[in-house]
Parts: sequence; structure tokens; C-alpha cells
Amino acid sequence: MRYAMAIDTRKCVGCSDCVIACQTENNVPLGFCRDWVVEVVDGTYPNVSIELRSERCNHCDNSPCVRCCPTGASHFEEGGIVLVEHNKCIGCGACIQACPYDARYSHPEGYVDKCTFCIHRVREGKDPACVSVCPTSCMYFGDLDDPNSKVVNMLKNRKFKSLAPEAGTKPQIFYLV
Amino acid sequence: MREELFASGRNIPNIDPYLNIWHWQIPIYLFLGGLAAGILFFAGVFTIMGKAHKMPATVKKAPMIVPFALIFGLFMLFLDLKHKLYFWQLYTTIRLESPMGWGAWVLMIITPISLLWCASYIKEFYPNWDWKFKFLNTFEAWVIKNRVIVAWPMTIYAVILGIYTGILLSAFNARPLWNTSILGPLFLVSGMSTGAAIIIMLSDDHKERKIMGRIDILLIVIELFFIVHLFMGFLAGSEAQIDAANLFLGGKFTAPFFTFVVLLGLIFPAVLEIFELKGFKVPIYVPAILVLIGGLIFRFLMVEAGQITRYLY
Repeated sequence: MRYAMAIDTRKCVGCSDCVIACQTENNVPLGFCRDWVVEVVDGTYPNVSIELRSERCNHCDNSPCVRCCPTGASHFEEGGIVLVEHNKCIGCGACIQACPYDARYSHPEGYVDKCTFCIHRVREGKDPACVSVCPTSCMYFGDLDDPNSKVVNMLKNRKFKSLAPEAGTKPQIFYLV
Repeated sequence: MREELFASGRNIPNIDPYLNIWHWQIPIYLFLGGLAAGILFFAGVFTIMGKAHKMPATVKKAPMIVPFALIFGLFMLFLDLKHKLYFWQLYTTIRLESPMGWGAWVLMIITPISLLWCASYIKEFYPNWDWKFKFLNTFEAWVIKNRVIVAWPMTIYAVILGIYTGILLSAFNARPLWNTSILGPLFLVSGMSTGAAIIIMLSDDHKERKIMGRIDILLIVIELFFIVHLFMGFLAGSEAQIDAANLFLGGKFTAPFFTFVVLLGLIFPAVLEIFELKGFKVPIYVPAILVLIGGLIFRFLMVEAGQITRYLY
């Protein structure tokens, strides 16, 4: 089992609903976020192209955050989901330095926090909060090892990219372009 | 033209424009670690070589400050933790993949060794020192008799500690400025150089100062060579690394780096030390203090600049 997400940059309208859904679902403290939307503008008017990307933890296969954690608080759960165990985290910040996506932040309570792929919902068979609220349905969540999953289908039929693959982290969020 | 914007709640003061999670505590911790490693290394090496009697400041005086430096450094690290009450988790896990994990264990080993070393010399400074318990006296007698046995692990762990202060940073591939293996040797040499500076300041013996002065000049030359190497490596690397190097080669860290680290922290003290060896009267405090300040500023700049360098955004 390998959970992954495919996000269609051509369908995304940048409404930030995913951000709000995540903050509500996971009680993210004010002033922080576990996911965010990036708008990339290329060219000059009138020849302009825009790419919108909803970004979050990439739940990398080769996770530098898990590797550098001195206490083992950052660890892999089923399906390759990267989680932080709050009671093991000492708040040293090593994982924050190690993440090329800046997906982690220091929670006001001290521990480090980040996207969990809404593992509590996934275990109940539901989609993560961000995926389930997307008004354009531009996000697909699923198991890469299941040939019938929506993610595999999208990745089979569309061109895609991942973020900063040169960092060597093997990210598992794919952007359909 | 290419422009990247955060359209959502990502533009938050707590996370953007960049995540600066390590503050002034970390460079101080790295500086004290390197300094302690330098002093213990020289104390160990000269003891193993059987020249302890010729180097009183190196072997006896300077190591007295090491336990204080290490404990204060660890306290700095503790201050930087955000989830402080859980710090003991560091010592319930052994994770060799994590530099911070094994570094914490190295400190756990070398701090008691340095305390042992100081305790075995304490009667030379306080002849009336009383250990209160008899077994401590017996233990002290054993250490005094077998200093070489203690010196070996101390020297080896001192080298590991010195390299660790650099590896701690270089293990983060997300920060291109740190992600170079030369940072380990560079921080080791820089730490040894600051250790030598402390020894030179504490020494009353002219011959000892001369030996340490020569060693310090050699270390400074090696350090300069490593710094050139560092930037050569970056400039031959990926775009992220070229951008990282440019912070120091024209960017906003250029002036403090070349003024306080390269010029005042390395070249100028080396020149002063060469003059001193040639027989000119140079107050020995000047080059030593410059080396110490240079080493401290070097760590501040590396920690600060490294957190700005990145792949995305």
C-alpha cells in the first residue's frame, strides 16, 4: 500500500477551500497551516500563464525529516504516511530544516506539526478533508498499489510532475499539468 | 518573467517568508562544541605523545573550562527546544541516521570524560581539595596513573564532536548552503583553531605558546583552503547551491563574512601570529580573541544564511 495524491493544476481555481477545510478538520492554530495554495505566473501580459498548486507535506518515500529526527517522533505509518508523534517530539526543529517543502511548522504547544493525509479519516475509508471539499474535484487521493484507484488512473493518462525532485526526497504528491 | 505568489493562507508571518526555526542558541552551541573539541583534542594528543609536562596550559589549564563550555552549550541547545519537557526522549532512542541523535550521545559520553580529566588535575590547582569519599580518592589515583588510557577515547570523541558540529548542518539536503560534506572538516578545523586560541591565551610558557601558535597558523591556512573549497564546490553545483554561494559572494552576507571571518578572524590573526614567531612583540590576546570572535561569527552566519537557502519559493 502506498498512499499518494494527484492534484490537477488545470482544474484548480485557487479558492483555498482545501486550506480552510484542513484548518477546521485538524484544529490548526491561527497563523499556521498544513496546506497552502501557490500561484505561479509565467510571462508578461498578454502572454501570461498561471499555474495554481495546492501544496502540503509530500509524504516522501525518502523522507529527510524521518531520517534526521533524533527521537523517532517523525515516522512512517501505513501506506507511507509520515506522522509526528507529539509525545516523542522534543521540538528541536531538525525536521523543519530538513524539509525542502517547508511543510512543517512548530505548533504553539511545542511539538512539530504537519499534514497527516487526514489519517483518521483515511482509516475510516474517507478521503482527506482537503480532497473531500474541493469544489472543482481537482484532487485525487488513493493507493498507488491499487491499479483501480483514481490516482493511478490519473497518473496513467496525464502528464505530471512533482516538486523539487532534485532534492532526492521521492515526493508522493503529483501535479497534473 | 516568472513570479510565484502564495494565494492562500500560506503568507503567514509564522511560516513565511522563510522558516527561521534556529536562532542564536544554535551557533553558540556549535561554537562551544567546536571549542571544547579543540581543547580536548590537543590535551589528549599531547598526553598520548608523552609531552604533558611541556604543555601545562594545553593539558591542565584549558581543559578546566571544557566541562563548563559543554554544559553551557547543552543548556543553549535545551533553550532552543520548543517541547522542552520531552528533551529526555533524546536519550531513550538510538538513531544512527540522525546526526542530532548521535551527536547528543557523543556529548553524553565526552562531557563525563572531560569532567574526569579535570577532576584528575584539580589538586594541581587546589592542593587542599578533598574528595570526601575514599573510593573517589582511589579512583582519582587510578586516573592519574592511567591518563593515556583516558586520553585515547577523549581524543577520538573530540574529533567526532568537532566533525559533528558541521555534520549537524550538512545532513540537511533541503538547505543547499549546508548540504556539503566539507562542512564537517571545516567546522572541525575551525573548532580546533578556536581551542588553540584559548590555550594560547591561558599559557604562561613561551615555548608552549610558540608551539600552539604554529599549530594555529597551520589550522588557519587549512581553514582558508576549506573555505575556498566550499565555494568552489557550490559554484560547480546545482542552481540552488550557486544561489547559496552567492549569498556570500556578492549577496547580503558578503560584507560580514569577508570582514569578520576571513579578514579579521583568519588572515589578520595568522599574520599577527607569524610576526610574533618572527620575534616581534605582539600582545598575544589580540590574535587569539580575533580567532574566537571570527569563529563565533562564522557559525552565526552559516546558521542564519543556511536557513534562507532553499529549493522552492
